[in-house]
Amino acid sequence: MEPIRDLYQQVLLEHYKHPHNYGHLEHPTHQADGDNPLCGDHIHLELQVENDTIVDVKFSGMGCAISKASASIMTQAIKGKPVEEAKQLADLFYQIVKGETDVPEAPSSDLEELFIFSGVRDFPTRVKCATLAWHTLEDALKQS
Amino acid sequence: MNPEVAATVDLDVHSIRADFPILNVQPYGQHLAYFDNAATTQKPQVVIDTLTQFYEQFNSNVHRGVHYLSQHATEAYEKSREIVRRFLNARSTAEIVFVRGTTEALNLLATTFGKLLQPGDEILISMMEHHSNLVPWQILAKEKELKLKYIPITETGELDLDAFERLLSDRTRVVSIVHASNSLGTVNPIEKIIELAHQNDIPVIIDGAQAVAHIAVDVQSLDADFYVFSGHKIYGPTGIGVLYGKELWLDRLPPYQAGGDMIKRVTLEETTYNVLPYKFEAGTPNIAGAVGLGVALEYVQNIGLSKIARYETQLLEYATRAVEEIPGLRIIGTANQKIGVLSFVMDYTHPHDIGTILDQAGVAIRAGHHCTQPVMDFFGVEGTARASFAVYNTPEEIDQMVKALWQVYQLFGQ
Ligand SMILES: Cc1ncc(COP(=O)(O)O)c(C=O)c1O
Repeated sequence: MEPIRDLYQQVLLEHYKHPHNYGHLEHPTHQADGDNPLCGDHIHLELQVENDTIVDVKFSGMGCAISKASASIMTQAIKGKPVEEAKQLADLFYQIVKGETDVPEAPSSDLEELFIFSGVRDFPTRVKCATLAWHTLEDALKQS
Repeated sequence: MNPEVAATVDLDVHSIRADFPILNVQPYGQHLAYFDNAATTQKPQVVIDTLTQFYEQFNSNVHRGVHYLSQHATEAYEKSREIVRRFLNARSTAEIVFVRGTTEALNLLATTFGKLLQPGDEILISMMEHHSNLVPWQILAKEKELKLKYIPITETGELDLDAFERLLSDRTRVVSIVHASNSLGTVNPIEKIIELAHQNDIPVIIDGAQAVAHIAVDVQSLDADFYVFSGHKIYGPTGIGVLYGKELWLDRLPPYQAGGDMIKRVTLEETTYNVLPYKFEAGTPNIAGAVGLGVALEYVQNIGLSKIARYETQLLEYATRAVEEIPGLRIIGTANQKIGVLSFVMDYTHPHDIGTILDQAGVAIRAGHHCTQPVMDFFGVEGTARASFAVYNTPEEIDQMVKALWQVYQLFGQ
């Protein structure tokens, strides 16, 4: 596949055009803002954490296809997960975009979409776009 | 070459291209279409050779040595100042100060003007300034309780001259305006602006960073009080730029930085400053850079700025027509008078995604706010994609870009 088609896969484009969990929560327990000055991407993330579990999550903001799709896919992946597990997913994601982990033969279905970002490794200037949402998640979880 | 463009221009772009070794680089195995010239231009072989030759044969400090090398380095440095003087048609080399670039020149002016201003005084700039002609004034205004006023812009990205006249007041102490906008391409009517400001005895600073490589500048006929630019945007080295100031004004302004070369005599009690332009050149300057800049300016003059301008205008018109066919693409900056800057947005794609897709096709553009966030706010966009043309670009390269833009449309717009 051409690198450009590998980066802008259909799944990514779908999430960009129709992001999931986009908007605001009634009563967020945690929130954070993330900026990528290079791209001008901005994301606002809201979490509702109960008993160490992320029961709901929403994001808003402006950004490129990669940062927006990444945020959308992240919210899907962490919704309903224990906080600790979400943090581990962040680490896994950083490894994926840096090309430090191989794409498994059959990733569990709810994590499958994280691996479409493995194409980003060929675009070093765009890695920050892909990781913005996850860094913002870590910032939000630091508040207690 | 595209017959439409070739028919009307007497410029041998292929021999010009041969002067720029970097144009042979092939990103991802493709022809490099370098359209990021507003950020920095590429350097012709003569400029590259000059830098090497300086360090191989002349390197020495200037104005400080009695020896052979120092004499040659000083001569080369001062010869370059004379080339700059001629390039701008300044009255005297005393009016040509070498600086690091446009940003340093504008900071120098904001800081030194600041020492002459009183609380309540007004500074007038425009909404389309590069951050380097905005932030220094904003900082100064806060520090000294001055009023910073902005000339508004219109939907086409032109200055609102009626508003300009209304904004001039008896407290206005300085007007600082960009000659050509880096994010919109607009060429501002600086003759008119200078004339109106001078009717009120207000000095005018012109940021020529984007203009000098595309428009012939005559500071005397313009009657500009200050004119500043960067060497690297006119085929010269980075780290060197020019501050032209009328002698009368440079005399009035206090020194900016202090140290060696800017002094005449220092005792433990006081210092007398050196004559112009050295009063503003503290410390060892970028000697090789200055010499390289002189060679770059000669290179441009040998081709001829009016020829360059005509050619680039045709590239701009050709590119404008071609991108206008793409659905959902909107050009930002549609002034009557433009340099070769084509800024645009596509309503289904973020500029950085456009940049990445074009990059893969060998096309280098800039995506972002271009250090002009107020302009982006005015047009209600986060940023734009910007292609900016130089003398070595070709219509075929524009075709290469347009083809990649259609690919963006296919990926995102359908
Ligand atoms: C209009 C304008 N002014 C000022 C600058 C700053 O120039 P430099 O970064 O060379 O100091 C630029 C460069 O981006 C510019 O386009």
